[in-house]
Amino acid sequence: MANLKELSKKEEILTGGHRLCAGCGHGIATRMILNAVDDPVVVGCATGCLEVATTIYPYTAWRCSFIHNAFENAAATISGVEAAYRSLKKQGKLKENFKFIAFGGDGGTYDIGFQSLSGAMERGHNMVYVCLDNGAYMNTGIQRSSATPRGADTTTSPAGTVIPGKQQFRKDLAAIMADHHIPYVAQASPNNWKDLYNKAKKAFEVDGPAFINVMAPCPRGWRYNTPDIADIMRLAYETRYWPLFEVENGRWKLNYKPKKYVPVEEWLKLQGRFRHLFNPENRHIIDEIQAEVDRRWDMLLERCGEKKE
Amino acid sequence: MNKRVALTGNEAVAQAMKQINPDVVAAYPITPQTEIVQFFSSFVANGQVDTEFVTVESEHSAMSATVGAAAAGARAMTATSANGLALMWEVLYIAASNRLPIVMPVVNRALSAPINIHCDHSDSMGARDSGWIQLYSENAQEAYDNMIQAVKIAENPKVLLPVMVTMDGFIISHALENLEIIDDESVKNFIGTYKPDHYLLNAENPITMGPLDLYDFYFEHKRQQAEAMKNAKDVILEVAGEFKKLTGREYGFFEAYKLDDAEIAVIILNSAAGTAKDVVDELRAQGKKAGLLKLRVFRPFPYEEIAAAVKNVKALAVMDRAETFSNFGGPVFAPVRSALFDMKNDIKVVNYIYGLGGRDVVPEDVARVYADLEKIKETGKYDNLITYLGVRE
Ligand SMILES: Cc1ncc(C[n+]2csc(CCOP(=O)(O)OP(=O)(O)O)c2C)c(N)n1
Ligand code: SF4
Repeated sequence: MANLKELSKKEEILTGGHRLCAGCGHGIATRMILNAVDDPVVVGCATGCLEVATTIYPYTAWRCSFIHNAFENAAATISGVEAAYRSLKKQGKLKENFKFIAFGGDGGTYDIGFQSLSGAMERGHNMVYVCLDNGAYMNTGIQRSSATPRGADTTTSPAGTVIPGKQQFRKDLAAIMADHHIPYVAQASPNNWKDLYNKAKKAFEVDGPAFINVMAPCPRGWRYNTPDIADIMRLAYETRYWPLFEVENGRWKLNYKPKKYVPVEEWLKLQGRFRHLFNPENRHIIDEIQAEVDRRWDMLLERCGEKKE
Repeated sequence: MNKRVALTGNEAVAQAMKQINPDVVAAYPITPQTEIVQFFSSFVANGQVDTEFVTVESEHSAMSATVGAAAAGARAMTATSANGLALMWEVLYIAASNRLPIVMPVVNRALSAPINIHCDHSDSMGARDSGWIQLYSENAQEAYDNMIQAVKIAENPKVLLPVMVTMDGFIISHALENLEIIDDESVKNFIGTYKPDHYLLNAENPITMGPLDLYDFYFEHKRQQAEAMKNAKDVILEVAGEFKKLTGREYGFFEAYKLDDAEIAVIILNSAAGTAKDVVDELRAQGKKAGLLKLRVFRPFPYEEIAAAVKNVKALAVMDRAETFSNFGGPVFAPVRSALFDMKNDIKVVNYIYGLGGRDVVPEDVARVYADLEKIKETGKYDNLITYLGVRE
């Protein structure tokens, strides 16, 4: 595979000059993923931060063809583009090869776009769907989604005196996608750029649908010091909160096993959205989060055929 | 060679789609439209078309995929009815605003609740402001003819707007009718090949579609869209002219039936126009000067032409197969009445809401409307501005 120096020479498909916040995970993840594609690519995007920040008319930050349709239909839209491609190719009306990718935030993927994503995956379109998971509806001002971690303070799950933040644990979308029995599913983090790059490469190469869930930290919504983004991303997998794994044709594989046990609170304490959990009366929530992280980690080990620690 | 065949409305539309041979069709079932995509799926299964057939999981995705395909540079279609159209609502606007020449048959059906599978126009009328051109069809022949003309209208560079072709659920979609279909080659030549200027699958010239568009440009884009709708008027007539050369069948914004010297007249859409024509014939036989205007093009709304066509009428009834709950009549009534405002005469215009949820409209119902008009003509007065026809009250 290419090393970082080579990749840095590659012409970026998503140009600088977009208007994402400084230190936004979306830009980092998107650029790394698009580094892994060589053919012309058509990008579809759900409504959300990535879309509104990169396409303010009459400007565009995209060097490839790009389509935004609505919030919940990025997968269905790219299904249509890909179907058009197959039809035109078959009829000999189109010469070039194209690749197809859809990006959605967690709101546009786990929630409102869930049906259209599931449909597109089931139908087997040759496309990559990437969820840029920042764990909330950031574009509308940090509301909870079904990807928001338990305990997080958001504008619709505020930390109040009676209810201390979001009450439910997050949905496990990567597992749900794996249960669609599509050729390739992965969970990744831009901090481990090699891992993410390799996963993107595989996703583009498989014949059929691929899904990648990428952690995309949001300094505004998570309320951390922007330069800490790398630590935040690293601690997410070191604490096993955000495991890195892939599922190739139904075979689960763990990509990274932390050397030592790092409690999840190390990740929580860097972020303002969890600050209230460190008050004594909320301590039990941290314990519950830890128990759930451990439970899901054990399940993942089992799926990946790894020994329990 | 053109040939006469017996087809249902749904078969006729599916036949038109087969001859158009779109690059992509997205399909989702809903009564009474379902048969169209079923027939079409057999054309796909038997290799009679080049189409990629995308069996989506909802109408929202059907319209979304159709938008994606059209944006990619393909001829793209889907079909729907009632709740399916309602579920597409968000994306209908996006299709029109992106100036995508999609063609979609809509088999008219009542909107829920209560759930009702039969015909009225609440579905397509609900979509009337979404920026789609709307063509209404009295029978299977017109639905078939409109489908073929729709492709040419939509793709005209001066237009580039999506077109909805409607026909009445069950009454037309499921009834067998004798009609003339055009031979495949002539359809192919008539619609020509589609060559979009800007499309996603162009590696040389990539584009960004559907961007964020703020107050500095959005208004201009809407203004251009309105202009395209205005241009559609000429194009619809141009295409109708060419279609007449091909088939001998005449189309315009509307059909004026015995309207020239009429003193009383009705404006109506789709299948009930056939019933109304019979009533007009009967009244003419009795020496009464009755006429009919069957509206074909509802978007763009040909207000000047309608006003000119009915200018000598003394009393006019607009019959609507949909409610607007505005307390001011149906969706056709208000713009027709407004179109007459500048005329230097004193036409009395009343509204009849009829046939909701598939309620039969029989000749006696329409005869009653003409009898009311006769009275209005004589007295210059009417009892009710809005009448619910054939309902228990
Ligand atoms: C049908 C619909 N409902 C709501 C919205 C408003 N909306 C736009 S973006 C957005 C949130 C996006 O959140 P997410 O998908 O998580 O992406 P992020 O901006 O966080 O990357 C919402 C709720 C919309 N555009 N369309
Ligand atoms: S609000 Fe968050 S997700 Fe949106 S651009 Fe800013 S950092 Fe990125």
